[in-house]
Amino acid sequence: MNPPTATIAPLFSAHRLAFSRNDEPVFGPLDFSVGRGETLLIEGDNGSGKTTLLRVLAGMLPASAGDIFFDGTPAGRDSRNGRALLLGHRSGMNESLSVRENLEFLAGLYGSRDGMTAVAATEHVDIAGWLDEPLRTLSAGQKKRVALARLLLLPGDLWLLDEPYANLDRHGIELVNTLIAGHCARGGAALVTSHGAVRFADPRARHIRLGA
Amino acid sequence: MSSTAQSMTDDRIARGATGARAGAAGACMALLRRDLVLAWRRRGELFLPLLYALIVTALFPFALGPDPQLLGRIAGGVLLVIVVLTMLPALDSMFRTDLEDGTLEQWLLAPQPLALLALTRVIAHWLTTALPLIVVMPLLGALLDLPAKVLPVLVLALLLATPLLVLLGSVLSALAAGTRRSGILLALMLLPLAVPVVIFAAGAIAAAQSGMPFIAPLTWLAAALILAIVLAPLACAAALRIAVES
Repeated sequence: MNPPTATIAPLFSAHRLAFSRNDEPVFGPLDFSVGRGETLLIEGDNGSGKTTLLRVLAGMLPASAGDIFFDGTPAGRDSRNGRALLLGHRSGMNESLSVRENLEFLAGLYGSRDGMTAVAATEHVDIAGWLDEPLRTLSAGQKKRVALARLLLLPGDLWLLDEPYANLDRHGIELVNTLIAGHCARGGAALVTSHGAVRFADPRARHIRLGA
Repeated sequence: MSSTAQSMTDDRIARGATGARAGAAGACMALLRRDLVLAWRRRGELFLPLLYALIVTALFPFALGPDPQLLGRIAGGVLLVIVVLTMLPALDSMFRTDLEDGTLEQWLLAPQPLALLALTRVIAHWLTTALPLIVVMPLLGALLDLPAKVLPVLVLALLLATPLLVLLGSVLSALAAGTRRSGILLALMLLPLAVPVVIFAAGAIAAAQSGMPFIAPLTWLAAALILAIVLAPLACAAALRIAVES
């Protein structure tokens, strides 16, 4: 079933990618690529530019230099939209709306993965019982799980996960690792930032290190 | 040879990103629905500006004396200004919570035209803040002895002027979203832009009051509204990008 991979460009690659804020270099130039089924771990201390890197990759910030490729073709900011899903520090969800309303709104914006519904996605992350509760009544860890449900619900093959392990208990950390593994098995790819405190499930995952 | 490679790539893309992409119309409907649900949850807050407009209107007879002729002559212009001032505070918060909780980031990353989402937000904002004001206009008009023949023209002028104000306000609100305590700043930026809107709307009301044809100023308002519907969402989208980037 697997076609040979040699002729196929990696899902995502960055070439000489750099970002500066007010002429102050934040990271880069960086060269890396992520193939389908691969996970790339981005390590670095606080303030080393991990979050900024993910925001640049998602298309939320313009890169100062360098190029970004999807499937070997240069991808501008708009052509990346919908293919990259960002799990950031901000939930991207409204506190007054219920879990279901938030997820259904996002599915309206992005579309949804084949056969996946808001209900099914919340069942995967163990918050189906809170489906109709306003988001503000959930704990920080539960909100994180809702954000993970969003990853499952929305289509998009590149996951950009910014500190996905923060606020999660041990089961939550395992859940994140299971979700990433499942996503990679479906042919997706993930970039994960970490300040290095959490052990990462996939020992084969490649690392890049940011830092001054 | 290359075509087989291409089809293999397509196959892999299909396996990786399986799922239906949302259409722009569906996305706008989802956003409209969400905004209206949120507004309904906070319906008590939506009622306050109406109360404010009612009280301010009631102040005029007290301040100017209960002279029906004087009140009737100034009623149209007074109500117009009251509507503009009542709409200001809500415009300030048009994008603020969405910027703070990251919803705007999702707008940017979604495969949808940002300007279209901005226009949808304008429509939702108009429906929840301006439309109720227009609905209570007969009541406010009665408080000021507004002549019956002027009321339909006032309502018509407001139906054209208020969307225009929300469109102008959306651009400024997006620009100011990143700054804290921008309420008075937004008012200072928006009110000069509102001057032509007020002039044309007041022109129509004055013409109706003196029995003259009032279509021309209304047509100008309509033309400005059409122009703003096309241009303001684009400017608003650019401002939203700046707000999310900074």
